[in-house]
Amino acid sequence: MADDRGDRRDSGDREGAATSPAGERRRPAAVRQAIRSELATDASDAARAARRSPRRSPDGLPAPVVELDHVWLSFDIPVLEDVSLVAREGETVAIVGESGTGKSTILKLILRLLVPDRGAVRIDGEDITSLTFDEALMVRQKMGMVFQGAALFDSMTVFENVAYPLREHTDLGEDEIAERVREKLQFVDLDADRVMEQMPAELSGGMRKRVGVARGMANNPEIMLYDEPTSGLDPLTTATITKLIMKLQRELGVTSIVVSHDIRSVFRMSSKVALLNEHHIVFFGTPEEMAGSDDRYIMDFLGGA
Amino acid sequence: MPELLTRLNETAKARVLTLQDYFVLAGNSVRFMFARPFYAQDAVQQMDEIGVKSLGIVLLTGLFTGMVLALQSSVQLKTFGATIYIGNLVSASMIRELGPVLAGLMVAGRVGSGIAAQLGSMRVTEQIDALNTLGTDPIKKLVTPRVVAALVMVPVLTIINDFIGIIGGNIIASFVVGVPTSQYWHTVWQQIANDGFTARFVPNDFIQGLTKPLVFGAIISITACYFGLGTTGGTEGVGQATTRTVVTSSILILIVDYFITQLLLSVLTYGG
Repeated sequence: MADDRGDRRDSGDREGAATSPAGERRRPAAVRQAIRSELATDASDAARAARRSPRRSPDGLPAPVVELDHVWLSFDIPVLEDVSLVAREGETVAIVGESGTGKSTILKLILRLLVPDRGAVRIDGEDITSLTFDEALMVRQKMGMVFQGAALFDSMTVFENVAYPLREHTDLGEDEIAERVREKLQFVDLDADRVMEQMPAELSGGMRKRVGVARGMANNPEIMLYDEPTSGLDPLTTATITKLIMKLQRELGVTSIVVSHDIRSVFRMSSKVALLNEHHIVFFGTPEEMAGSDDRYIMDFLGGA
Repeated sequence: MPELLTRLNETAKARVLTLQDYFVLAGNSVRFMFARPFYAQDAVQQMDEIGVKSLGIVLLTGLFTGMVLALQSSVQLKTFGATIYIGNLVSASMIRELGPVLAGLMVAGRVGSGIAAQLGSMRVTEQIDALNTLGTDPIKKLVTPRVVAALVMVPVLTIINDFIGIIGGNIIASFVVGVPTSQYWHTVWQQIANDGFTARFVPNDFIQGLTKPLVFGAIISITACYFGLGTTGGTEGVGQATTRTVVTSSILILIVDYFITQLLLSVLTYGG
């Protein structure tokens, strides 16, 4: 896949072992402290949801949270060409398309694990393409990522997995961490007492995905990124995960970007859909607009899906 | 012809880039030993993995190497009626060469492959990407603790290997050849003393015997992490990474051993 090539990867993804550029690893005490206080003060989902007042842009619409502005990216071959999309506050934007069209690459650009050749990637209005590693780290704290295979650390228990970002980036005590982990596991409808001490290998695919969501939201991020959240799951578990993504959006106002092949789930949960074809976005609009489109490729894509 | 030259050029470039990546990884793993946050608990866990869990294999290797050394040298020395010098031969061979090299090779096989497989699996299951997105540098979290643990534990294993090897020699010398134990240990020490001292009281043999495992520890851990983190191609790639790790680190150990010996023999004053 194109996104497995790695010349311009930012912090740790260059193929081979020399993963991160040297200049991007320093994390001064001031930056660490800023991250810690930011995360530690965010006591609960309810408090966060209540505190968040909807921001509006001058056009009266919710403020853009994630923006790709005429982004170009190539490795040895073109990956993305003139790609633009916007996710406004509280929206769920789905990115669909055939395999190998660069969908997951978009998530890596948003996380600033990749830097585009041209164009801007803006998070809360701030262009992140030229940030240092420390600044990128601050921005990354606003995001939670759920991987296709959940990517749970298999040497750690479920508790340790969900607690990982809290231990790594906050000064919270063990009691507070335990409370936060329990809260997140309950949010994703898992029996905290039962699963906390289990190892990821002991969990079913759906449970692993839910623990992945709990870990992704442990830091109370503003933005959730999902890479194929329902792939490889049975229809019932797919519905559960879809409902969970909708619950996060509804109850916490989280802005979500979902890369998926599952058109049924996409239509159910998304406010907007972006369709990628041949490195371009060929459609960006609401699911209703997509369903009503008479474009040949869109009709073929939806028919095939 | 131009096609051949282009291909040669590309291959050379790729090799140089690989070497550059290897040394960048090595440099960063050392640099992060002095940069916060420190993953001390991970380093201790790796010391257990690399050191304690390799103890059995190293004990067996050392014991039988010392025994076979004593047995072989007794045959040669008997023709000169010099079997009392078995201790000298076993001591010099174990401390200077066989102890460090065999411990290195054993650790490369047991631990190097394990590290490459673990990091390779983490790479193909996106756990390395997850670390990145959670704001953790994979080199700091995964590579540095393993390098620290290897730098500490490979020399420790080598000392144990040397000691057990000399005891193995003692067993053969006393029970098969008939050299009294006190005589054997006297010649062991005599050899160490004859090889001279640096700064008056540090035996040259010990300097040679401890410099090598330190370098071997670095080679094993960095090579394993390099191939592990660079894994591509799913589970098949993990298998390839482990094989490459064992082959590369074993060859590097043998080659580097020669150059360290050459260097130390020219720097240290032997027999002084």
